[in-house]
Amino acid sequence: METTAYILQQIVNGIQLGSVYAIIALGYTMVYGVLRLINFAHGDVFMLGAFFVFYLINKFNFPLVTAVILTVCGTAIVAYLIEKIAYKPLRNAPKISLLITAVGVSLFLEYTLSLNIFFTPNYIAFPRPFEVKSYDFFVFSVTNIHIFIFLSTILSLLLLYFLIYKTKQGKAMRAISHDQQTAALMGINIDNIISFTFLIGGALAGLGGILYSIAYPQINVFMGVMPGIKSFVAAVLGGIGVIHGAVLGGFIIGLAEVFVSAFLSSTLRDGVIFLLLFIFLLLRPNGLFGKRIEKV
Amino acid sequence: MKKFLLALLILITPTFVSAKEKVKLGLIAPLTGDVKTFGESSKNAFLIAIEEYSKTGKYEIEPIIIDDKNDPTEGTNGALKLITQNRVKAFVGPLTSKVALPVSEIANSNKVVMLTGTATNPKVTVYDGKRKGFVFRACYIDPFQGTVAATFALKNLKARNAAVLYDVGNDYSKGLAEFFKASFEKGKGKVVSYESYQKDDVDFSALITKIAVKKPDVIYVPDYYNKVALIAKQVREKGIKSPMLGGDGWDSPELIKIAGNAIIGSYFTNHYSPDRKDPVTEKFIKVYKTKHGVVPDALAALSYDATMLLLQSLDKAKKPDSTLIKAELEKTKNFKGSTGIINFDKNGDAVKSTVILKLEKGGAKYVTTIAP
Repeated sequence: METTAYILQQIVNGIQLGSVYAIIALGYTMVYGVLRLINFAHGDVFMLGAFFVFYLINKFNFPLVTAVILTVCGTAIVAYLIEKIAYKPLRNAPKISLLITAVGVSLFLEYTLSLNIFFTPNYIAFPRPFEVKSYDFFVFSVTNIHIFIFLSTILSLLLLYFLIYKTKQGKAMRAISHDQQTAALMGINIDNIISFTFLIGGALAGLGGILYSIAYPQINVFMGVMPGIKSFVAAVLGGIGVIHGAVLGGFIIGLAEVFVSAFLSSTLRDGVIFLLLFIFLLLRPNGLFGKRIEKV
Repeated sequence: MKKFLLALLILITPTFVSAKEKVKLGLIAPLTGDVKTFGESSKNAFLIAIEEYSKTGKYEIEPIIIDDKNDPTEGTNGALKLITQNRVKAFVGPLTSKVALPVSEIANSNKVVMLTGTATNPKVTVYDGKRKGFVFRACYIDPFQGTVAATFALKNLKARNAAVLYDVGNDYSKGLAEFFKASFEKGKGKVVSYESYQKDDVDFSALITKIAVKKPDVIYVPDYYNKVALIAKQVREKGIKSPMLGGDGWDSPELIKIAGNAIIGSYFTNHYSPDRKDPVTEKFIKVYKTKHGVVPDALAALSYDATMLLLQSLDKAKKPDSTLIKAELEKTKNFKGSTGIINFDKNGDAVKSTVILKLEKGGAKYVTTIAP
């Protein structure tokens, strides 16, 4: 009984962590889908989400809901601007230039924002916007933070599904990810759809930042680096470009992290995550749900 | 010609105004980053010490302050700049062991005197059994601090089971965890959980759930205040009520501010308590308080002592040369500092006692002193 309770409790921990990874992984996967670009600046948009919501709530005294909406809009705009300023001029450049630019944007954001005139290089404590309440279920306990994060992830996944499979923009996105040239010939405005994808990706990263800073109440400008890399692993694991793959990948990484810490050793944790990536790349390079590349 | 004479006059004038010879003194400290309050306190103390010295001292001191961001690479670059560009003969700092370790190598190989106030890892002054001759410290070392924490947990808290949670990438945290474990087990205690995490981790839920099952009487978390605050919150959220125990890295006014109730009732080992009854301590606290409005923490007090020690040795040396300063430092006997009497042992480490402080609503309160 004790062991079951322990395992259940660890699953709850893993789902909380996995939810955040899943939300960030969604952004990676969407951008990759339309642009074939691993957007390294995504983790920093995530960081911006945490900072925006922190300043809105604690310096400008906005209520939580307004702050969340403003933050999500804010990060969406930032992601949109990043695409317009940094990626769009390179639309016809080799893919490697785009990749290096993404790394550059990421470092630019981190080190510029760490200046005192913007944010600060220091750690900031993030006061919880609501009281933590704990609910006991039979043998394990769940806090309102767990529930809040899990529901937000599921809700945004459903919204995204609706967007991609039920709207015209979604259809256009799918068409672009299938074949950009043909999609353009069919009268789809590629630039608009790519911008739209960045808006959605930025909004998701912002939401991820909010959830992360509520779950782990401390923020700094480099907070996006590690979650960014791990979510990228999650996106690859699920099959990059596949929406539900990214979510599943996020949960797998979150649970794997928690279980390695819980049953093996916490020192091995990151090693196991990247070993997992390694094995996947060897055996199933397209991830769990990735389409196999047809040989011609 | 007139212009030339005027220019000459301007050039000469400063030498008449200040007859004292100018000497540069460096400080390497984290003024930004995850332990910035350490750097701020120590910078304040460094400047107070220089001001005090200037009243009577032989030289005019020009302070040069470097921000190491608590990052070994930044610290190394800063030290190289101090030595090669500014050509300092001696410097105070770095404050944290992880930065002090690489910087001590540079100082020693360049024959520049380094005196750290607070880096407690043994390897800072001695590596592989070899003493780094130019490196000194004004504080005790981690084997002693870890042992004191274990003794306190066993004797005063009557703890039988302890959990240890430390940062595997930080020499300071890792060293303390090892020394605590060894002494706690030697005293017939049981370390039921010995877990590590990494610097950038913010999610400790898996580890804390694991620890909660073992029901420890005390949790030893030897890390810096920012991480400790985050861990403390998650520990209390998981319903663990046992007190936490830590080292001198906890000494920051930010700790209670960030962690709030989660950290109240926990203990940590420290270098000094502001409640110490001593003229030097009281004078320093008074000056610091009027200048900065707060009671100085141990980081400030130790940096003050380190700077004073260095300045005193500089004053005694025949000329401002690092080998002569080093020789004078080695001769130090019963230096009266704000944190206590300082004598160096053969490794250049100060021999001093430890105080235990308890975190209460109003701040850290003195509990007891444990002598070496």
